[in-house]
Amino acid sequence: MQSPATTGSASAAPVREMTPPQRAELGALDDATLRTALRRMHLIRKFEEVAEQSYMRGLVHGTMHLSIGQEASAVGSTLHLRPDDYILSTHRGHGHCIAKGADPARMLAEFFGKETGYCRGRGGSMHIADLATGNLGANGIVAGGLPIAVGVGMSIKAQKQSRVCMVFFGDGAANEGAFHESLNMASIWKLPVVFLCENNKYGMSMDIANAMAVPNVADRAGAYAMRGVTVDGNDLPAVAAAAKAAIEHARQGGGPTLLECKTYRLRGHSKSDRNLYRTKEEIEAWRQRDPIRRLEDELNAQHRIEAGELAAIELAAQHEIEKALEFAKSSPDPDPAQLTRDVYAG
Amino acid sequence: MPGDTVAIEQQAGMRQLSYAEAIREALAQAMEADPRVFLFGEDVGVYGGAFGVSGDLLHRYGPERVIDTPISELGLAGAAVGAALTGMRPVLEIQFSDFVTLAMEQIVNQAAKIRFMFGGKASVPMVVRLPGGSGTGAAAQHSQSLEAWFAHVPGLKVLQPSTPHDAKGLLLAAIDDPNPVLFFEHKLLYKTKGPVPAEAYREPIGKAVVRRRGRDITIVGASIMTLRAAAAAEKLAAEDIDAEVIDLRSLRPIDFDTIAHSVRKTGRLLVVHEGVKTMGIGAEIAAMIAESDAFHALVAPIARLGGADSPIPYNPVLEKACVPQEDDIVSTARRLVREGKR
Repeated sequence: MQSPATTGSASAAPVREMTPPQRAELGALDDATLRTALRRMHLIRKFEEVAEQSYMRGLVHGTMHLSIGQEASAVGSTLHLRPDDYILSTHRGHGHCIAKGADPARMLAEFFGKETGYCRGRGGSMHIADLATGNLGANGIVAGGLPIAVGVGMSIKAQKQSRVCMVFFGDGAANEGAFHESLNMASIWKLPVVFLCENNKYGMSMDIANAMAVPNVADRAGAYAMRGVTVDGNDLPAVAAAAKAAIEHARQGGGPTLLECKTYRLRGHSKSDRNLYRTKEEIEAWRQRDPIRRLEDELNAQHRIEAGELAAIELAAQHEIEKALEFAKSSPDPDPAQLTRDVYAG
Repeated sequence: MPGDTVAIEQQAGMRQLSYAEAIREALAQAMEADPRVFLFGEDVGVYGGAFGVSGDLLHRYGPERVIDTPISELGLAGAAVGAALTGMRPVLEIQFSDFVTLAMEQIVNQAAKIRFMFGGKASVPMVVRLPGGSGTGAAAQHSQSLEAWFAHVPGLKVLQPSTPHDAKGLLLAAIDDPNPVLFFEHKLLYKTKGPVPAEAYREPIGKAVVRRRGRDITIVGASIMTLRAAAAAEKLAAEDIDAEVIDLRSLRPIDFDTIAHSVRKTGRLLVVHEGVKTMGIGAEIAAMIAESDAFHALVAPIARLGGADSPIPYNPVLEKACVPQEDDIVSTARRLVREGKR
């Protein structure tokens, strides 16, 4: 959770700008991986900003749950997953989906309810799935994905595959019975599952401090004899390092980990949120810890990636999302005659 | 002509199995033929299942395919969804069907909807086996017939076999099916015997069968009510009332054609089910007839027999009074035939 330590003393004037020593979590990521991570974080941010604007302008209906401010958690945790690894996501799942490799254009088309969307307009923001990238779907039910992850883990084991399943959930889900049943079963059967809790401090309006008797969700891991780890969820290298350890542990047959990323959603729970349960000061304090800016500042200070290139990565993401918006707007609506086509298989 | 005639009576010379044995044989043959199939649930392994259905399957197929689980119905239903989504063919036993109330979220919100929500990209080929029904003195939380709840959910299939033959054939069909299937077994039927072919065979999902041909009244039943209706039909025959008995077998999809075809012939309809009558399957069948041209063939009001508006009681006299019995079917059918004129 620390910021990089600074070196040098005030009395010794540097002849040139000193590069502070690089912390291990950052050093573990090569430049190409960092560029990928930054690109994904910007794509998520731009995607959600466009989604929000589209809603404000009345271009889309329904509701949305934005993860703005939580991008390091989504991107860092999935950075070391293989393409054939599985994820299960949440109602606040745009970030997970993009991080696992989905096409933002088809996601935005789904948001617009279009036939070209990932779910042909049947699912919407809360139910996006992209089986080709191992994304087994977002979920509109709090803790809905956790038991499913147990079954995916059983399936991986039964088929003697080396895959891993990472299931995302929020702090609110940790108080559902499904959480406890799932952690227990995953542990007794040593399933290759990573339970990835994005603790953004509030279950809608309920402060986790009032909803849970322990300070960290990961404290509950001990009850299931599994590894429990809490990290600063706004610190991409820290999240990536912790997730990598959990993924490797699962892949090597060590069983599940409960990994908690402490983060914050800068937007409301959904469009109805009037922020009655938190202060402007609190939101502003977390804005100062914006995970994208934080990583960029660190990379710049480390001379790992220079400011010009950082700006170019952001601009490229902006352009991709603008193109995605055009695709979504110009795509056709589903045909009502096909309403019940996919209720049943076969 | 809709609805094959398949009598319940046992054919001489054919191998007899109990309903429980027939289900076990289906599970064994499915596991034998397909490495993706596995059975899991509470006490299905060493114990052999609370009703002895899984029996020796653990010893035959090992602990990786016959899995004893913690008491976690919600988690187990979700595990079935996850396994089904990623290439397996799970069969989950819910020890008493009443306990499925703990698993509703995963069955109703996840299993039933995933294919649709994902735009047709995924399928969830899972089977949930549910021992249900009253008559064992197990009282209100271990005796319910909740099948209508699931028949109300698009995306699910709901089966209720009445004979050992259908229990095996429908279970094998359910395991093959690419959709989530709720397979309701009746606890009182587990020991009933009937002819069961040794080979693996499938009965079609969504097809009713005619258990007895008749011209005066159509009696539609499912599960144990089919047997009571068939016994009632024999008593009615002694009074010169010729009842046709239809065994639904599948509630969703429902074989409306077979019912309508029969009603056009007999002009009278009695629906019998164990689940609570109010808002039940009988109401749906009655409404479907009322909305169809078969309505014009009716010469008597449609009648329904179903569970009383009461939890299942413990006392055996009250327990019997709570659900339709053979005599209720006889008297109701008699009334419809005597009062309704052609």
